Amino acid sequence: MDAKEIYATLEKLFPGKVGDFKGEVQEPYLTVDTAAIVEVCRFLRNSPGFKFEVLSDLTAVDCPKEGKIQVVYHLFSYSQNHQIVLKVDLPRDNPKVATLEDVWKVANWFEREVYDLFGVIFEGHSDLRRIMLPEDWVGYPLRKDYVEQEEYDGISTQRAPLVEKLLR
Amino acid sequence: MNETAQEQGFYTEDMTISVGPQHPSTHGVLRFVVKTDGEVISEAIPDVGYLHRSIEKIGEKVTYHGYVPYTDRADYLAAMFANQAFCLAAEKLAGTEVTRRGEFCRVIACELNRLASHLISVGTFGQDIGAMTPFVHALRERETINNLMEEICGARLTYNYIRIGGVGYDIVPETCARITAFLDHFEPIVSEFNRLLSGNKIFIERLAGVAVVSKEDALSYNLVGPNLRGSGIKWDIRRDIPYSIYPELDFEVPVGTAQVGALGDSYDRYWVRIREMQESVKILRQCLDKMPKGPAIAKVPRKFRPPAGECYARVEAPRGDMGFYVISDGSEYPYRVRIRTGSYTAMSIIDKLSKGIMLADLIALIGSLDVDAPEIDR
Repeated sequence: MDAKEIYATLEKLFPGKVGDFKGEVQEPYLTVDTAAIVEVCRFLRNSPGFKFEVLSDLTAVDCPKEGKIQVVYHLFSYSQNHQIVLKVDLPRDNPKVATLEDVWKVANWFEREVYDLFGVIFEGHSDLRRIMLPEDWVGYPLRKDYVEQEEYDGISTQRAPLVEKLLR
Repeated sequence: MNETAQEQGFYTEDMTISVGPQHPSTHGVLRFVVKTDGEVISEAIPDVGYLHRSIEKIGEKVTYHGYVPYTDRADYLAAMFANQAFCLAAEKLAGTEVTRRGEFCRVIACELNRLASHLISVGTFGQDIGAMTPFVHALRERETINNLMEEICGARLTYNYIRIGGVGYDIVPETCARITAFLDHFEPIVSEFNRLLSGNKIFIERLAGVAVVSKEDALSYNLVGPNLRGSGIKWDIRRDIPYSIYPELDFEVPVGTAQVGALGDSYDRYWVRIREMQESVKILRQCLDKMPKGPAIAKVPRKFRPPAGECYARVEAPRGDMGFYVISDGSEYPYRVRIRTGSYTAMSIIDKLSKGIMLADLIALIGSLDVDAPEIDR
């Protein structure tokens, strides 16, 4: 099934909750209302025509100019051999979205990574801890305005430029 | 199991042990906090992040051409595939055509790399569960591949060989002859390896029926590559979402068949890798036969500025589906690079599979999933 048909069906079943469809790009995507993401995903996974068995990827993109963080879901179906990209726009100052753990188990780890590096809160997540960085790290590194803390645990995170070192 | 032990009066206090970060079976640096009752694991919580080098953030700071060497470091056992996945994404964004000879060079380099990576995987797997000798045999063969790689691109591990538009250096006929000679030597080695390890009674009994992954779990946890195929799902990106010249090549996609135990057990995952090596040999022979003449790289502007947009490119790496999600804002630097790797999702299933198995089987489980720490942490 191509992306246009998927979008047409979703639009009929979830009126007003899906929109902003781009079909003329490399990876066709559509935007889903924050509150509806779990039911849309559950529908896409379980209904016979779609059968999106796997969540290939879950990540986020920071867009400070528009004041939003976009969470991006790459869905794939092995049995139907089709794919679709879903996006959810969250406000940058308070990014919160429901967890997909109940739909695909792998969302647990993907969401932990997005929480760790972007600071997106996944509501209802069973184990929302940092995964790459230590628990007491400050800030979310993949945000565009991230400034590294000067030291961590008494160890400097900065290094003098090599040229200056040579001149000294 | 716990209850019967309790009923018989053999109950012991729960014990918390830290496996890793410097444990030989962790293939890099990762750690498990294991709660056990005697030798039976009640919980194994993976602790990753020791090798986090923020490769994704670096992607936003360097140009497209400049990012290729960084992708090498994502998975140092299979650097060629990360190169290729990123170049595919950049080419898709800009609409760059790869030269035909370039495609052949890519596939030859990648399949050699797959052999090297699978050799490490099966070799260390044997070593993890106590068979030292096969490891040495596997590494001996890998050494020859490393020499060939050095001849092809000048590096033995971090290749930086595949560039946007083609490959860095052409593969010369002398090297092709040496690759053919290696393949002639390698094919019987696989059977030797099977006699030595795959058919070994102790090895089989250690793995048969251990840590079975059902089809549903494999999908829900998004296992990819040999781990997915070990559970009986026939899915290979080279065959199902074809890229490069794979549609022209003739090869099988091996899947798990419950060879000795249950479908999706540790042995099935191991056996898929052994058979994939034989398929790689087949692919390499076809490529060397068909190799066309022409330039190895297309003309690509130095200031590479793909138009604004986004794309997701997948390749079938030794550890499965490796995906690069690249967003361009029309400038010289990518706006965002995301690397999705097979080991990351394989790691997330260990928590579930480890409940109720023996401590020694945890090592077999990690080895059979072939997780690779740098690829998890990026």
